[in-house]
Amino acid sequence: MSTNTSQGSLLNPRMLYREMPAAFKKLNPVTLFKNPIMFVVEVGAALTAVLAINNSSVFSWWIVLWLWATVLFANLAEAIAEGRGKAQAESLKKARTQTLARKYAANGEEIAVASSELTIGDIVICESGDVIPSDGEIIEGIASIDESAITGESAPVIREAGGDRTSVTGGTRVLSDRIIIRITARAGETFIDRMIALVEGATRQKTPNEIALNILLSSLTIIFLLAVVTLQPIAIFSNASQSIIVLVSLIVCLIPTTIGALLSAIGIAGMDRLVQRNVLAMSGRAVEAAGDVNTLLLDKTGTITFGNRRAVAFFPVGQVAMPELLKAAYLSSYADETPEGKSIVDLARDLGVEKISPLPVDHESIFMPFTAQTRMSGCDLDLHGVVSKFRKGATSSIVAWLSETDGETPSDLQEKVEEISRSGGTPLVVASELAGMRVLVGVIHLKDVVKPGMRERFEELRKMGIRTVMITGDNAITAEFIAREAGVDDFLAEATPEDKMNLIKTEQLGGRLVAMAGDGTNDAPALAQADVGVAMNSGTSAAKEAGNMVDLDSDPTKLIEIVQIGKQLLITRGALTTFSIANDVAKYFAILPAMFAPAFPGLQRLNIMHLSSPHSAILSAIIFNAIIIIALVPLALRGVRYRPASASSMLARNITIYGLGGLIAPFIGIKAIDLLIQLIPGLG
Amino acid sequence: MSSTYATVITDIAVLLALGMAHVPLGDYMAKVFTSKHHFKFERLFYKAVGVNPEVEQSWKTYAASLLSFSAVSVLLLYGFLRVQSWLPPNMGMKNVSPSLSWNTAISFVTNTNWQNYSGESSLGFLAQMAGLAVQNFASAAVGLVVAIALIRGFVVHNKDRIGNFWVDFVRATFRILLPFSVLAAVILMANGVIQNFASPHVVHTLAAGVQNIPGGPVASQEAIKELGTNGGGFFNANSAHPFENPNPFTNWLEVVLLLLIPFSLPRTLGKLVGSKGQGRAILAAMAVIFLGSLIATTAFEIHHSGAALQLAGSAMEGKETRFGIGQSALFATATTSTSTGAIDAAHESFTPLAGGFLMFNMMLGEVTPGGVGSGLYGMLVIAILTVFICGLMVGRTPEYLGKKLRPREMKFAALYILTTPAVVLIGTAVALSNAGARKSISASGPHGLSEILYAFTSAGNNNGSAFAGLGGNTTFLNFALGTAMLVGRFVPILLVLGLAGSLAEQGHTPATQGTLDTTKSLFIGLLISVAIIVVALTYLPALALGPLAEGIR
Repeated sequence: MSTNTSQGSLLNPRMLYREMPAAFKKLNPVTLFKNPIMFVVEVGAALTAVLAINNSSVFSWWIVLWLWATVLFANLAEAIAEGRGKAQAESLKKARTQTLARKYAANGEEIAVASSELTIGDIVICESGDVIPSDGEIIEGIASIDESAITGESAPVIREAGGDRTSVTGGTRVLSDRIIIRITARAGETFIDRMIALVEGATRQKTPNEIALNILLSSLTIIFLLAVVTLQPIAIFSNASQSIIVLVSLIVCLIPTTIGALLSAIGIAGMDRLVQRNVLAMSGRAVEAAGDVNTLLLDKTGTITFGNRRAVAFFPVGQVAMPELLKAAYLSSYADETPEGKSIVDLARDLGVEKISPLPVDHESIFMPFTAQTRMSGCDLDLHGVVSKFRKGATSSIVAWLSETDGETPSDLQEKVEEISRSGGTPLVVASELAGMRVLVGVIHLKDVVKPGMRERFEELRKMGIRTVMITGDNAITAEFIAREAGVDDFLAEATPEDKMNLIKTEQLGGRLVAMAGDGTNDAPALAQADVGVAMNSGTSAAKEAGNMVDLDSDPTKLIEIVQIGKQLLITRGALTTFSIANDVAKYFAILPAMFAPAFPGLQRLNIMHLSSPHSAILSAIIFNAIIIIALVPLALRGVRYRPASASSMLARNITIYGLGGLIAPFIGIKAIDLLIQLIPGLG
Repeated sequence: MSSTYATVITDIAVLLALGMAHVPLGDYMAKVFTSKHHFKFERLFYKAVGVNPEVEQSWKTYAASLLSFSAVSVLLLYGFLRVQSWLPPNMGMKNVSPSLSWNTAISFVTNTNWQNYSGESSLGFLAQMAGLAVQNFASAAVGLVVAIALIRGFVVHNKDRIGNFWVDFVRATFRILLPFSVLAAVILMANGVIQNFASPHVVHTLAAGVQNIPGGPVASQEAIKELGTNGGGFFNANSAHPFENPNPFTNWLEVVLLLLIPFSLPRTLGKLVGSKGQGRAILAAMAVIFLGSLIATTAFEIHHSGAALQLAGSAMEGKETRFGIGQSALFATATTSTSTGAIDAAHESFTPLAGGFLMFNMMLGEVTPGGVGSGLYGMLVIAILTVFICGLMVGRTPEYLGKKLRPREMKFAALYILTTPAVVLIGTAVALSNAGARKSISASGPHGLSEILYAFTSAGNNNGSAFAGLGGNTTFLNFALGTAMLVGRFVPILLVLGLAGSLAEQGHTPATQGTLDTTKSLFIGLLISVAIIVVALTYLPALALGPLAEGIR
């Protein structure tokens, strides 16, 4: 489950060898029937084999061989895609090993129960070192937990009762403390069980787009089947009747075998790519929907911004000079463990506070934490009995603190404070008390800092036709400022869960698909309503149930990657379909003259590749048709290269590579194969 | 060289006329089908049939109305032909045989107008006017309303109604086809097309022979024959007959008439979906293939091989000296590209490769620009196919004109694409396996194959032109071709209506930067490629043994 699964090993000979038995097993016509295209090829292969036994020739045996190879290669493609999932499933299964759970019985006693016998609603206790027996919610306690079994991430995470980080996953390990858990999943239906089923592809259902594509491919197969079956009476009339082996070869060349062989591998690999990024999609449908998303709802905090306001500037007011403000700000915060406090210390250091006369921090100091009553924080320093105080807080509370000793409020304070507010920042006012004199020294500009690179990402999304909406609890002014700075298209300020829900519904009414990430219980309805709802693994189990994807890393920015993976999946499917259909043109030019030139010599002019003989021409087309499947397996598994761009430029690029390439490649490939196989003795 | 100039000038004159007419006509048709107003005579009609014009129908009811109307039409026409000898004015014509009546009735109701009979020697004026001419209007109107219903599928959202068949049908007939036909008939008459109820003139020739020269209400039928892309001639010689098509001007006019509505409908589409670019893209794809085929056919006609033809200067056998090579090629391309099937020259007499192109025009599914209505809905289905295949490559599940192409839509579209090739190929194969049918073929070798392949291609695609040479009036061929016409017309119509219903039920998906732009030239190019590679290449093996085997030396 680690994210660094090597991309280089997409197709190595060992893998081909390892999956060969699975590929042979898939030759069973009962299972192959689900893939109508390859089923037709298999029937053709069986038919030609029977004919070759009765009427043996070098040509017929070579055709038989390569027809079976075609089916086998298709099976191999699917087996390799599934095989990669199986390896991940193995490591997950190790985490699922039986444990003994310490269950609270009805009478309050603690009894040992096998984890497989737990049912929903059971209460269990876990202490440091215990493996959590099943999925559940913490109802009491706080613990640090090692989730590496499912996320591959070794740093422990904190889970606690109450709030949005209550859920624990079976198979993970408690590292410290003691928690009481209410079980929320039946045995066999836990998160790990679902993950295993998912990566093994056991529960894989065809997605709507895959079904639609299958319908199209099946009908193309029927058309070409008809074209070839009806060709024989026409050929007989024209005194150019064809052997069954040649007709079967023509069918196999014309039906879209390339995409038919790779279609399910593409689907499996698409899910796999998500798993590699530690995202579990509960259905393939969701992955497809991700490619279609029009509107992305992103929480401001933690997604667009770092989530914590940081100090970005100091403004002295009144008669105060900068060094004095730096010193006061530093002293008011050096013992402050909040991220805001730390950022003030950092900024003050950056501005050289330590070069200013020795700071008296080694003296006895009392930290005054922020409380709801004082609405400020700071510290008192005891310097040989002389106490100096430093405070920072909201404007009104600091002004009130000053007025206790008739300290004056400098005239330019209001101006500075308003300026910061207007720019979307938060002003924090700093004051000090030295020798009983309270002085207001300045203002700190606290700001929500947009993560680097976000603006570029939103620009990319815009190019892809995706609108980003920032969701925040901030007021409209702050929200607008951040929105502009981050480059999002729209924002929802002072958002309540209901607002969020309404926004999703409005977007959907306009025909737009919405994606969002969330973790809290109050996010659950919106996650369920969204077309793509990504729940954070750290979130509540309600949220995880509601969403159709879970991000094990709990990183909301991953929404953007998920969208790209969805698109890449669809593009790969379209590219290989186009390639497959475009291939037909060259195959016609190989096979038609080979079939009919003996009766109508003029048709030899269609043999523009100058293939050496009718038999070698037909065989070359069949061999090309088979080899191209194996050659494209890495592409199917990796997905076509995807760069965010507008639809037009993406289409132009892909059409050039896969459409035009699909027209030209077989001309070259078939000619090259012909040059080789004409050396086969007795091919004729 | 003067004939080359004449060719180019006529071709350009046709394009100019269409270029000027398609915008106002397309807008007018859009207005006709969206108007809230009913004329008095229309209300009377609705009352007579017993329908409420304000009530819209689901696709199934729409289809049921259309099918029952067409079934009644077939029965009535069949009856007419079977009893015509007892109906005045019968001109001394006998009752038509059952198999030929069946074939003819289906032929006219399906807008095919395959003629296994000879008009002047087997049908009286009443059968011609009250039977065939009425169907010329009705069958064209049916095609038109299906196209409009499909457009509605794209335009309406979250609704299971796609309009009212009877309202659409009445408006198509009385507000579009009838007035323009009257106008065209008058112009044709003024330029020498006959219109009378006279008995045949008996003429004593110089060689002391006796000729019966039949007259008849020709101009009135001629107009709708072209305008409704029907193609059933009053006379057996069709538009090669001087009473139907006396001179180069009428020839030009007839070509314009038969291309007029099909080339205007893309504009109607653009107008109704609220994006003229969408209409222009469809029009462009149609026009590019049409022009390509026209140029190829003309070129293969002028650069004929063969010693006899070289000696004669041009391949004039089977062609009218009034029109020459260029205008014959133009007429033939127009008639095979529009499912009309009228002819002003024998298609059998075209050089093999030119004849192959005429077949190819039909094999595309009659979409360049195709029949009245049927051309547009056929092209829209190919556009859906194109969007589906190529649209994936922009990384979204495909959508066209604001609608998603889900499994249900693809089922209808894929079956549509499947139907006609199945009819044509199975029909050809069955006929070639039938000893009786093989006897109807007059030529031998690849040309003989072309005769039968052409016949089923023409019937399955509802074109109606014949390659000549094939003796079609046998019980087997009457039945087989009749079935091909029936299946080739109504199965696709049902699928298109189903598609329309399925699209209408969807909500609207707004276009964004990430949506495949279906108005750009890249898409037009893809649409053309898909039409040729996916639709027409199905026939390549058969074509190889027919026209290609004959033409490539």
